[in-house]
Amino acid sequence: MLFFLLPLAGLVARAPWNDAVGQLSAPESRLAFQLSLLTSFSATALAVVFGVPLAWLIARVRFRGRNVLRALVTLPMVLPPVVGGVALLLAFGRRGLLGPLLAAAGIHLPFTTAGAVLAETFVAMPFLVITVEAGLRSMDLRYEEAARTLGAGRWYLFRRVTLPLVLPSLLAGSVLCWARALGEFGATITFAGNFPGTTQTLPLAVYLELETRPDAAIMLSLVLLLVSLAVLVGLRDRWLGAG
Amino acid sequence: MRSWPGLLAVLLTACGGVAAPAATPDPVEGNVTVFAAASLTEAFNQVGADFHARHQGAAVHFNFAGSSTLVTNLTNGAQADVFASADEPNMAKVTAGGLTAAPPQIFATNKLEIVVGAGNPKHITGLADLAQPGLIVVLAAPAVPAGHYAGQALQAAGVKVTPASLELDVKAVVSKVALGEADAGIVYVTDVRAGGARVAGAPIPDAQNVVARYPVAVLKGSSGAVAGQAFVDYLLGADGQKTLARFGFTGP
Repeated sequence: MLFFLLPLAGLVARAPWNDAVGQLSAPESRLAFQLSLLTSFSATALAVVFGVPLAWLIARVRFRGRNVLRALVTLPMVLPPVVGGVALLLAFGRRGLLGPLLAAAGIHLPFTTAGAVLAETFVAMPFLVITVEAGLRSMDLRYEEAARTLGAGRWYLFRRVTLPLVLPSLLAGSVLCWARALGEFGATITFAGNFPGTTQTLPLAVYLELETRPDAAIMLSLVLLLVSLAVLVGLRDRWLGAG
Repeated sequence: MRSWPGLLAVLLTACGGVAAPAATPDPVEGNVTVFAAASLTEAFNQVGADFHARHQGAAVHFNFAGSSTLVTNLTNGAQADVFASADEPNMAKVTAGGLTAAPPQIFATNKLEIVVGAGNPKHITGLADLAQPGLIVVLAAPAVPAGHYAGQALQAAGVKVTPASLELDVKAVVSKVALGEADAGIVYVTDVRAGGARVAGAPIPDAQNVVARYPVAVLKGSSGAVAGQAFVDYLLGADGQKTLARFGFTGP
């Protein structure tokens, strides 16, 4: 218990409370904040768009290689993020597998905000996929069957029956995914680099500020910690506990 | 045990002329933890191996990172026996924190070079070329010595560059260029050499270049102070200097 509490206490104790607002409103901090909000929400949106169909596929459709696909999707959860970043470079970088194709399309991902979003999506999407997949699996299939026998079409069924039933899992998954995207460091710095306003997200700013302006780093850390705490407390009461 | 002359030489080097203790066993033993600037990676790995060959009872463990990261670790209580920085301001922070056991000594100098992809596909010949629009230039972060020096060099050359990324240490700059993600970066001469065939260098004239001075110091409260001092002595001695020179460093 203390082991988890002490680091938090350490941040609170060392935080420059007199100048909290000043540290947080410094241009570097503000840029990092804005960028982190943009990238983490974009990553979550991408994860919902691609992750929900993926979760549905894994949960509902029987096909060869389903277990392989599930393992593949959850791989970024256990992969060291820096390794993820290297893998992304070798896939989407200029000399990567898709590099020439992307270049022909005029898309350049490394060192861009889009690259940071991609890195965050890669690392965070699994959290959404497995949460939604679990929701789909634990759902009582009789509702869908009943709707089907009553003549509901596929899309209607998904929209009016499946989606409302899986909504709590989708929300929980999105929040987890967003929180993970917000905290992403390794894949981002490896794939997207570090430049204020373009790819320097909050965690990257914390790392660099610690070397130059430790007070700002502590305040930013505290904000990230509070966000994480709020997410976990919120999830527990609303969804996870009620499940 | 095999070679007495060798052991004698070790004692003479390690004690730097002070009367050798009568004890037969090598007093230099145990683990030496060295926090060293990322640019020293290749050279120090060799120096560490040579040192271990001399003192079989002593093993050197390195932690390579940007000097500024190492300073943050040290001032927050990381345990190390020796700190080797790529610049004096970062060493000064450690000295100011009262963490050094003896005044730092300069053990090597280095210079900057432009690192480009193998074969220099963008035909970069000087700092002025780095301002070309569309060219992806990567630098080390300003807190990192290599980034700080690069800023000085660019200023001396009167060139304004918008980097695509500010990396956490100088090796990350090299790897971004080696991977082809960046077209050019500013690193040390030694990094270009260590980068091997994957990269090439474009020299920076002395008038624009900087001299990076590398200080080293034994740290206070280190558990391996004897071995730590022996490592520093070895580094400053003829053999250590020879190895550093082989990796492209110049003398203090």
